Amino acid sequence: MYAFVWRHLPGNLAAKLVGTLLLLVLAGLFLWYGLFPWLEPRIALDEVTVG
Amino acid sequence: MRAILRTIGELSITLGVVLLLFCAYLLWGTSAYTERHQRILQRQLVAEQADKPLGKVELGGAVALIRIPRLGASYKYAIVEGVEDEHLRQGPGHYPGSAQPGEIGNFVVSGHRTTYAAPFNRIDELKKGDPIVVDAREARYTYEVTGTKIVEPTEVDVIEPVPGHPGKKADKAVITLSTCHPEYSARQRLIVFGSLTKTEERDVI
Repeated sequence: MYAFVWRHLPGNLAAKLVGTLLLLVLAGLFLWYGLFPWLEPRIALDEVTVG
Repeated sequence: MRAILRTIGELSITLGVVLLLFCAYLLWGTSAYTERHQRILQRQLVAEQADKPLGKVELGGAVALIRIPRLGASYKYAIVEGVEDEHLRQGPGHYPGSAQPGEIGNFVVSGHRTTYAAPFNRIDELKKGDPIVVDAREARYTYEVTGTKIVEPTEVDVIEPVPGHPGKKADKAVITLSTCHPEYSARQRLIVFGSLTKTEERDVI
């Protein structure tokens, strides 16, 4: 899976490394600001009220 | 076969990293949200000091500042009106319809235990006689802890005007704090009771 991504990143080694970093940052941003805020209220981890 | 196994391995590692990141989000990402809203709410309280009770605060508005010296000299949170998810993310929330600070009846406040800055994380450490200071716009109300209790989420009589006695008319001003118990769980609730011992009028700045 990751080997496939690596093969398809354009350019030489340096460019591939920059591309990898970019993809990681994008994935992180999506998780932190997209998926996690959506997911968090859906798991009852910290219910504090009665009734 | 080998390629499939490798892919499964890679996916597992990825999932593990994502779960770790999610834990980090629960601890720090949610706190950042609360802290941002706490700044707004606390500014609102300072700006709106008054010499008489404001009465009912609209949903999402700042009700009062809560301080618990046992949990540290700098322990202070603005209580927000409302106990829906959106309110509790901003700080401890006051049950609409329960008594106002200092008022005869039960002033009920709920707060997160582990996420969203976890304002009520350590209220299990409170002991009988510990002060809970509520700075409302018009006065400072000091409650003293009278006891703690662990209840099921369905036991709503702890938020009655007289806790534990549904339907009884209140003749005392009390406070009830609620949070989840045990930590990281929604199984039970930890309740702290207190009663009003001192009222100090506030000098309006």
